[in-house]
Amino acid sequence: MNDMTTRPVIDVPALKLQGVTFTHRGQRLLAPLDLHLSGCRRTLVMGPNGAGKSLLMRLAHGLLTPSAGKIHWQGRPPRQAMVSQRPVLLRRSALANLTYALAVSGAPRPNRKARAREALERFGLAALEKRPARVLSGGEQQRLALARAWLVEPEVLFLDEPTAALDPAAIQAVEAAVHDFHRRGTRIVMTTHDLQQARRLADDIVLLYGGRLVEHSPAETFFTAPASAEARAFIQGELVW
Amino acid sequence: MPDDPNAFQTALTLILGRDPDLIGIVALSLQVSLSAVVIAALIALPLGAALALWRFPGRGAVIVILNALMGLPPVVAGLAVYLLLSRAGPLGEFGLLFTPGAMVIAQVILVLPIIAALTRQQVEELHDEYREQLASMGVSRVRRIPTLLWDARFGLTTVMLAGFGRASAEVGAVMIVGGNIDGVTRVMTTAIVLETSKGNLPLALGLGIVLLGLVALVNAGAYLVGETSRRRLG
Repeated sequence: MNDMTTRPVIDVPALKLQGVTFTHRGQRLLAPLDLHLSGCRRTLVMGPNGAGKSLLMRLAHGLLTPSAGKIHWQGRPPRQAMVSQRPVLLRRSALANLTYALAVSGAPRPNRKARAREALERFGLAALEKRPARVLSGGEQQRLALARAWLVEPEVLFLDEPTAALDPAAIQAVEAAVHDFHRRGTRIVMTTHDLQQARRLADDIVLLYGGRLVEHSPAETFFTAPASAEARAFIQGELVW
Repeated sequence: MPDDPNAFQTALTLILGRDPDLIGIVALSLQVSLSAVVIAALIALPLGAALALWRFPGRGAVIVILNALMGLPPVVAGLAVYLLLSRAGPLGEFGLLFTPGAMVIAQVILVLPIIAALTRQQVEELHDEYREQLASMGVSRVRRIPTLLWDARFGLTTVMLAGFGRASAEVGAVMIVGGNIDGVTRVMTTAIVLETSKGNLPLALGLGIVLLGLVALVNAGAYLVGETSRRRLG
């Protein structure tokens, strides 16, 4: 379990969003937005429902194409993975979900099962390997989704409200996994509603409001001396979303 | 109702006594219809999945035609195959007309649109759910075909059954291209037609009961397989 290989931080290509907008059925959901993410930092994206957090994640991960503006990785696009609030698992066993991810990422067949079992073990799912993924509990499904991401060895991991529907123990497991990913040299981009969670995990905070990027600052600055009125109100729980 | 009050009894005797004529007809029926379903599925499953995954000009028209072909009258399919395979037809040299092979071809034509159209629907629905995850994992479109077919396997079992039902129940196509030759191309449905017109109601009724029983059996089996795996796999 102590096989964490720390990758040099400079390895992970920086992500640059320039003037990115997203329009759906004539409605602008994301204002022109600039964002620069580099290094192996943990960035937490915060904001109320409908602020554009998930949209931003999907655009950055490449699942959506911006209506205008540019999204590009400096150098090469990195290996990426995404874990969402309700992860989509295949209608197969927990183990088969993982071997599938390995097969898709081009891992040689002979050691797929061994690697998948290792990942199940790491995320505390070893006893459930034959269980159909769809009948696992919410927390177990989330851990399986994290194990699936783990196997891809992503350089950048997107997490879209991964703890929104979980109980405290399951939340703790997810946060521990985020730490493990980070220690292995993965850049974390994660959305959350939970201020305490943001304090625990964040290196820096991005605050979105109404499709605008209101503030992007290091966590210490954000929580002690926020630059924007929205952030001040947000921290005090006053902002009426 | 048959005028012979003993028709039912005679039918049961034929079935229970494993009448060799009856068994031969039942065996050929199964052989033809199952071959047709397997061949049609091998083509229609990937075809339906591809149609669900690719957008191209004229896609809507293809889907409409496929849906319409689900209702293709068996006699029309039979006539088309007859023209193709008859001595003067483009495929006449193979001498397939009035052989079980011709009956399989005709039934493939009847079953293929059903499996392809229903597969397209089911795979498209499943893909709506899987799309983002598969895109996130960088799964190519070709690769998605086996993935989605496998994950839709329970629904697709029912689809194949619908195809088998169509194949085993139709009479028009096998009658035209098979010719209902005793011991060669006589299947349950054509035999029922013949025996009824001859007034041999016990044999017709016996065949009818077997046909019903077989369809029920196949459906029950698939239902059980589906239910147990659904319960196990969620």
